[in-house]
Amino acid sequence: MRFFPILLAASLLLAAPASAHDYQAGELHIIHPWARATPPGAPAGGGFVTIVNNGGADDRLLGVASPIAGRAELHSMEVTDGIMKMRPVPDGISIPAGQTVALEPGGYHIMFLDLTGPIEEGARVPLTLTFEKAGAVEVEMAVAPPGAPASAAGHDHGEAR
Amino acid sequence: MRPRIVALVAGGAFALAATLTAFTMLVGSWAPQNGVRTTGVAAVGGPFTLTDETGRQVTEAELLGRPSVIFFGFTYCPDVCPTTLYEMSNLMERLGPKADRMNWVFVSVDWERDGPEEMRAYLQAFDERIRGFTGTKEQIDAITSAYKVFYERVPTGEGEGDYTINHTASVFLMDGKGGFVGTLGYGEDADTMLAKLERLAAGG
Repeated sequence: MRFFPILLAASLLLAAPASAHDYQAGELHIIHPWARATPPGAPAGGGFVTIVNNGGADDRLLGVASPIAGRAELHSMEVTDGIMKMRPVPDGISIPAGQTVALEPGGYHIMFLDLTGPIEEGARVPLTLTFEKAGAVEVEMAVAPPGAPASAAGHDHGEAR
Repeated sequence: MRPRIVALVAGGAFALAATLTAFTMLVGSWAPQNGVRTTGVAAVGGPFTLTDETGRQVTEAELLGRPSVIFFGFTYCPDVCPTTLYEMSNLMERLGPKADRMNWVFVSVDWERDGPEEMRAYLQAFDERIRGFTGTKEQIDAITSAYKVFYERVPTGEGEGDYTINHTASVFLMDGKGGFVGTLGYGEDADTMLAKLERLAAGG
């Protein structure tokens, strides 16, 4: 990820929504929202995004919505002692001032339920992220293959820590 | 509703106990106060009766004679299950023809929502050699108990179907006689996993 500082610097100069698939909402830099393509008939899907808070005040991701899903929830996931544990985070996810928070495979994810149809690889899917301070932000998710790990999502700059 | 909650709690407690036992054995250490003795061979595996993705009944006998790679999950799983099945598909491709001489099985612990039809549709996205087994609650409890797999339902809302499932994310490697060989850990390096599968394919 040695190019990341350059990419970050370059992307910060762009107006929102930037062409390199990132978005600026006030002091929040929203990088590479993406979803996994779902297997045919899959009832649920997962989405991911990286959020950088360049401001001096904490913000909070309160909720998410997408026309592809009847419901979308924020979940945490961890594997401890070989056991996968997942739980909803109804109070949202804190985006502290000056910090980067990644919703990525193996960590937080957006859970899409009651899908209206399969999430298809290569498609662009609308997503609304609602923040406590930055308000509602409309973005588009890229769609990676089913089961794609973060590195296969197509945009390296999504791996920022 | 009440008996159901009691059943869930009881099931959860049982699964937790089973997992603790399994974990103790898998790690190879043991806690004397629990009276668990290590024998050198973990008692993971055993008889089961389930239904495959075509609706046909299957038992442990069907897997004998070839090494097996078994993963427990569910189709509503947004992260670990598709990731694992995707990795498994990649490893099968790297194994080449050897993968043809092994059993690849995805067992759903979601006895309420997953049936043969759901499994058949879901598995279309992965290597076609991966089979999908489902069963009744009793059948799933039996195989998870035999394989020392932990699973518990976690409510996510008020609705009847609003739940997710915490479960053992390791992949079980079994030899052609149904004996436990080892596991592939979640997040383990792909080359390490491939080496383990090569050894399994070679007969141990």
